[in-house]
Amino acid sequence: MAEKEEDVLLIGAWASPFSRRVEMALKLKGVPYDYSDEDYLVTKSPLLLQLNPIYKKVPVFVHKGKVLLESHLILEYIDQTWTRNPILPQDPYGKAMARFWAKFVDEQVTLIGFRSLVKSEEIDVAIKEAQELITYLEKEITGKMFFGGETIGFLDMVVGSMIPFCLVRGWEGMGIDMIPNEQFPELNRWIEKIKEIEIVRECIPNREKNIEHMMKIVGRIKAASKTA
Amino acid sequence: MADEVILLDYWPSMFGMRTRVALEEKNIKFDYREQDLFNKSPILLEMNPVHKKIPVLIHNGKPVCESLIQVEYIDETWPGGNPFLPSDPYQRAQAKFWGDFIDKKVYGPTRLIWGAKGEEQEAGTKEFIEMLKMLESELGDKTYFGGETFGYVDIAMIGFYCWFDVLEKCGNFSIEAECPKLIAWAKRCMKRESVAKSLPDSDKITKFVPELKKKIGIE
Repeated sequence: MAEKEEDVLLIGAWASPFSRRVEMALKLKGVPYDYSDEDYLVTKSPLLLQLNPIYKKVPVFVHKGKVLLESHLILEYIDQTWTRNPILPQDPYGKAMARFWAKFVDEQVTLIGFRSLVKSEEIDVAIKEAQELITYLEKEITGKMFFGGETIGFLDMVVGSMIPFCLVRGWEGMGIDMIPNEQFPELNRWIEKIKEIEIVRECIPNREKNIEHMMKIVGRIKAASKTA
Repeated sequence: MADEVILLDYWPSMFGMRTRVALEEKNIKFDYREQDLFNKSPILLEMNPVHKKIPVLIHNGKPVCESLIQVEYIDETWPGGNPFLPSDPYQRAQAKFWGDFIDKKVYGPTRLIWGAKGEEQEAGTKEFIEMLKMLESELGDKTYFGGETFGYVDIAMIGFYCWFDVLEKCGNFSIEAECPKLIAWAKRCMKRESVAKSLPDSDKITKFVPELKKKIGIE
C-alpha cells in the first residue's frame, strides 16, 4: 500500500520487461508504490485504455495525478524526481550513450532477436544475425562491473529486464541457446552479478511461467505472419 | 580548447535537419559533411557501425547517434540560450514523449505516401493525417509546442515541413486544409534563422523523390 505523500501508481504486467524495469528503479530508490497488473494477452483494463489511449500499453506510471508513458521516459522521470541512487550518468555523453544502447536493445535486439527470428524460415541465419547485435552489448559491458559502472543504472535495468529475464526465456522455449558462455563471457558474468542484487531479483518473473508466456507470444507472432 | 563538431548528414533527411537546427539554435560552429548513403564512407561506418545511418554528430572525436538523442545532447552540452527541454521532470517527459511519437507514428506513414501505390498509399495518407491531427491538438493555440519558446518538439517535427509539398502531391491531399494550425506553426518556425538555414527548399525535395525512388528500385 503506497504512502499517500508519494502517491505513485504503476500499471504493469508481470511478464513485461518494460514495467519490470520501472519496478527495479522504484525499488532501488526506495519509492513505495501501488501496483496494478494487466493480463494483457487476455484483455486491457478500462483504466489502461483511458490513461494510454495512443499506445494502449504498459507501463503507465502515475505520480500525484501526472501520467507518464514509455518506460525509458518513466525511468528518467524517476531518476530526476527521486535523486538518491542515481541511475543515469551525470555527463551528457554518458547519458547519450545510455539512451542509445537502451533504444538499441528495445528496438533492434527485440526485432532481430525475437520478432523477426520467430517468423524466420532460416533459423540459423536469424540466430547469427541476433548474436551479431548482442556482441555490441558484450563489448559495452567488457571491463565494467555493470553497464552503469560501479553500480547498476538505467542501462542495466533496460538490458536486464529485456534480455536475461525476458528474451532468454523465449529463446529457451524455442530451444535456442542464444548467448552461450564461450561466446558471451562478459554478458554472462554481468547476468550473474545482477542476479545477486535483491531489488533485481524481486523483479525477475518466474522462469516456468515466463517461458510459457513467451511461447504464447511466439504462437501469436507466427499466426499473425500467416494471415498477413 | 576549441570544440570540434562534425555532422555526417544527408541533405533531404528530416532527421538530419533536427540536428542542424539544434546546432544553429545554439550558434555552434560545425563541419557539415554530406554523405552518400548509396556508397557509405569509412567515417560513417566507423562512427555508426551499429546502424550505419545518418545523422552522426561527432564531438571532439566522440560519436553521438540518433537525432533526438543528439538534440538532447546538444541541449545538455551547450546550455546557454533557450533550453530545448523544460527543467521540470514531468514536462521534460511530455516533450520527449511527443518526439518519440513523431518517430514512431508520423514518419512511417510518410514512406507509404511517397513510396507506395493504391491501397497502401491511401492507408498511409489516412494514417499520416490522423497523426498530424493529434500533433495539432497537442499544439493547440500555442506559438510553439513547448509554449512561448521554440524547443525540442518543434525541432523534432519541423524537418517534415519541407516534405509536405511532395507528400501532398503523391497522396493527393492538402495538409493545410486538414491541419491549418500546424501549417501556421511551421511558417512561424521557418522565420527562425536556424530553421531557414537548415531546411532545403520544398521544391528541391519534390524533385528529389522520383530520383530517390529510382535509386532504391521502386517505381
